Amino acid sequence: MNAGYAITVEGLEKSYRDWPVLWNLDLTVPWGEALALFGANGAGKTTLLRILSTSVRPDAGTVRIAGRDLLRQTAEARRRIGVVGHRSFLYEDLTPRENLTYYARLYGISDREARVTAALERVGLGSRANHRVRALSNGMQKRAAIARAILHRPGVLLLDEPEAGLDRDSRRMLGELLAEWTAAGRSVAFTTHDIELGLAWGHRAAVLTGGRLAFPGGGATDIQQALSSGPSTRPGEGEGRMSDGGGR
Amino acid sequence: MKDFLGPMATMVWKDIVLEARSRELVVSVIVFGLLLVVVFNFALRPAPGQAAALAPGLLWVAFAFAATLAMNRAFIREQEAGALEGLLVSPVSRDAIFLAKAAASFIFMLLVEAALLPAYGAMLEFSALSWTLGAAILLATLGFALIGTLFSALAAQTRSREIMLPVLFFPIITPLIIAAVAVSGGATGGGTFTGLGRWLLLMGVFDALFLVICPWVFSFVVED
Repeated sequence: MNAGYAITVEGLEKSYRDWPVLWNLDLTVPWGEALALFGANGAGKTTLLRILSTSVRPDAGTVRIAGRDLLRQTAEARRRIGVVGHRSFLYEDLTPRENLTYYARLYGISDREARVTAALERVGLGSRANHRVRALSNGMQKRAAIARAILHRPGVLLLDEPEAGLDRDSRRMLGELLAEWTAAGRSVAFTTHDIELGLAWGHRAAVLTGGRLAFPGGGATDIQQALSSGPSTRPGEGEGRMSDGGGR
Repeated sequence: MKDFLGPMATMVWKDIVLEARSRELVVSVIVFGLLLVVVFNFALRPAPGQAAALAPGLLWVAFAFAATLAMNRAFIREQEAGALEGLLVSPVSRDAIFLAKAAASFIFMLLVEAALLPAYGAMLEFSALSWTLGAAILLATLGFALIGTLFSALAAQTRSREIMLPVLFFPIITPLIIAAVAVSGGATGGGTFTGLGRWLLLMGVFDALFLVICPWVFSFVVED
C-alpha cells in the first residue's frame, strides 16, 4: 500500500533532550510530486529532512521511502534517496568530477564516467569539472552538491533550502531540474523560506508549525498566514502527552 | 562481500589521494617524530651503551605521540564540508566506513614509522632491520589505528577534540605499548627475546578484539 507513495510518515516524533521538535507528524508525498516545506526558524524543517534522509533517528513513528522502512530497510532506502543539505558533502581537495566518481563507486553505479559527465553537464558544471572544489564559488559548490545528489538517480530528492547561495540562473536551472524530476515520476521534498519560489517549484505546500504539518490551500497569503498563526506553545503542549514523549 | 570491500577500497584510495595532495598529515607527523628524537637525545644524553636500554621505550613513546597527532586528523577532512554526512546517508555500511578510515590511518602510520625508524636507529644505536621489530610495529600500529579511529570519530564531535583524543586513547593502548616495548627490546638490544611469542600473541588478541568491538561501537558514535 505504502509503495504507492514516495514518502510516508506516520506518527513521527523527535525531541532533543526535553525539547520536542516534531510531534505526531503524518505526511505522504505521492510519486511525481514536489512538496514545498515552509516553517519558521527552529520549526523542525531540517530535522524532518534529516530524518527522511536517515541522518537522524526518530524517537517514534514510522517513515517509509519508496515503501522501504527507514529503520528496517535502511540501506535499500538510502539507495533511493538523494540529499542536498546546507553543506556540500564534497571533499574540497578533489575536483567535482573526482567527488562524483567517488560517490558513483560508493553507490555501485556501473556506467560511472557517462553518469558523472551527464550529472555535471546537467547542473552546468561541465567546464569546471576538473577544478578543485575549494577553488569554486559557493554557488558552484552548491551546483556540484546537486549533481552529487542526482547522480544515482534517486526516486526521492530531499533538499534543505536549496536556493541558498544560488544566483538567478542557478535557481532557474534547479527549478527546471526539479520539474523534470517530478515529470519523470520521481518525487521531491524541499524546505525553503522563499514562499514565491516554494509555490513555483512545489506541487503542494506544507507549513511546519507546533511540530506538525498543516496544508493550507491557496497561495502565498495562506502560507504567510499559516506561518504567522502557528502555536506559541511547544509541540504537544496542552495535549497531556508531554510526560510520555517529551524526554525521549 | 564485493559490496563491502569495493566501497572500502574506494574510501581508502580517496584518503590517500587527499593526503598526497594536501600533505598535511604524514609530512607534519614525520617532522614531529624527528624533533622528538632530537629532544630525547638532548634531554637524556645517553652514555655509550645506555642508548640500547632506552631505545624501545623512547621508540614507542614517539610512535604513540605520532599516532595521536595523525589520528586527530582522521575525521577532520570528513567533517570539513559535511562529507561524513554524505557518507552516512549513502548505502555504504558503517562497518565499511570505519574499517576504511582505520585502514587509511594504518597506512599513514606505517609510512611515518618507516620514515622515523632509521633516524631512531641511528640516534639510539640499534638496527631497524629486524623481523621482531617489524612484527611489533605491524601489530601495534593496527591496534593504534583501530582505537585511534574510533576515538577520533568520537572526539571529532566534541569541542575539545585535541584533548579528548589523547585522554581516551592512551589508557586503552597502554597494554599494546607495554607489549610492543617488550618485543622491541629483543631487537634493539634493550631487552631479551624471552617470552616473545607470548607478547606477540597478546598484541594479536588485542587487535582481534578491537577489530570486532571498534566497528560495532562506531555505528553508535556516528548515530545522531
